[in-house]
Amino acid sequence: MYSQGLIGADGSTNETEEFLAAFQARIDAEEKIEPNDPMPAGYRRTLVRQIGQHAHSEIVGMLPEGNWNTRAPSLKRKAALLAKVQDEGGHGLYLYSAAETLGVSREQMTEELISGKAKYSSIFNYPTLNWADMGAVGWLVDGAAIMNQIALCRCSYGPYARAMIRVCAEESFHQRQGYEIMLTMCNGTKAQKDMAQDALNRLWWPALMMFGPHDGDSAHSEQSMKWKIKRFSNDALRNKFINATVPQAEFLGLTIPDPDLNWDDTLNNGAGGYVHGPIDWDEFWRVVNGDGVMNRERLAARKRAHDDGAWVREAALAHAEKRAARMAAE
Amino acid sequence: MTDVTPLWEVFIRPRNGLAHKHVGSLHAADEVLALDAARDVYTRREEGTSIWIMRSDAIVASDPAHADETFDPAGDKIYRHPTFYKIPDEVGHM
Repeated sequence: MYSQGLIGADGSTNETEEFLAAFQARIDAEEKIEPNDPMPAGYRRTLVRQIGQHAHSEIVGMLPEGNWNTRAPSLKRKAALLAKVQDEGGHGLYLYSAAETLGVSREQMTEELISGKAKYSSIFNYPTLNWADMGAVGWLVDGAAIMNQIALCRCSYGPYARAMIRVCAEESFHQRQGYEIMLTMCNGTKAQKDMAQDALNRLWWPALMMFGPHDGDSAHSEQSMKWKIKRFSNDALRNKFINATVPQAEFLGLTIPDPDLNWDDTLNNGAGGYVHGPIDWDEFWRVVNGDGVMNRERLAARKRAHDDGAWVREAALAHAEKRAARMAAE
Repeated sequence: MTDVTPLWEVFIRPRNGLAHKHVGSLHAADEVLALDAARDVYTRREEGTSIWIMRSDAIVASDPAHADETFDPAGDKIYRHPTFYKIPDEVGHM
């Protein structure tokens, strides 16, 4: 989600060279930056954008899976899916809190999500058509997210790094439950295995796009790497994900939908690695810019939830005020 | 009435015998809802046996920009540490 978090980030900054050098020295010494520490405006703005978009991804990410809560094939699967969706909500809240330490308000972030000003991961603008997608989402989407988030556990901004550590600890169950769904379907009937292959075919490329544009086309990466907001390049993480995932697909007896995928012995200092075929970046930018299959529906669902919840927020505040007044009177 | 839901800091005691430790923050209209939300957001996997919450705006913090002056006076008082004192090996562990 996560490498896409930098989309729209503005790292420009206008502090004195002395200030920037002192800040860079702290970063280079692997010191964590904490909320009230002096920091360049560009560092703050980049983090607000990235953490906010990461939080939005978690919240919008509840929708494609929430879609299947009422139609899980067994009580076990339903319990797991409910727990997973609840986790995503919790992860969104950890992240919103981390962003708020930088001086942005929750109300402002919510407004930016609903108005479409802020982005969330492109992956959630794809539909989840059938139960096999619950397996593929857990396996691939959470797998790609974990690959990104493990790297973010060492981010230079303390509250973000701490939130990521919590998130990573909770998410490994997400990927495992997804893979287990795939395994069950692949060991089932021919029709079930075909469904699993179809889900992989549809979600493989969108999962690779989660890592964001190629390094050469990633506008904000360089400054973010220097500030250690980002610690690995988009392509490095994407390749790591492919190398980890291809053998898992082979174990399932499924085929990665990339005819150009091949093994290159010379990569990774002789350890070898996969080279993937071309990614459809036109599709990627189309989806990022609002024209994916589900963009409109996702935003409409978030707006509806926010609007429908307005009376609850108002009532809770009114009740709190009444209780406070009563206690003051006693 | 303000329409901004206040921010609360959450502290969890992992088990008796350990201190409450800061785990994060959340928004809630009052302390009753804040406790409920803290349970849902921060203890989904038996992370604790006790929760404290407090209004974030009630915290008074030292200024990080003055950290050097604030903590420096302790830096040169190495005689406050046991390793400052030389005890012959023959005396054994002390």
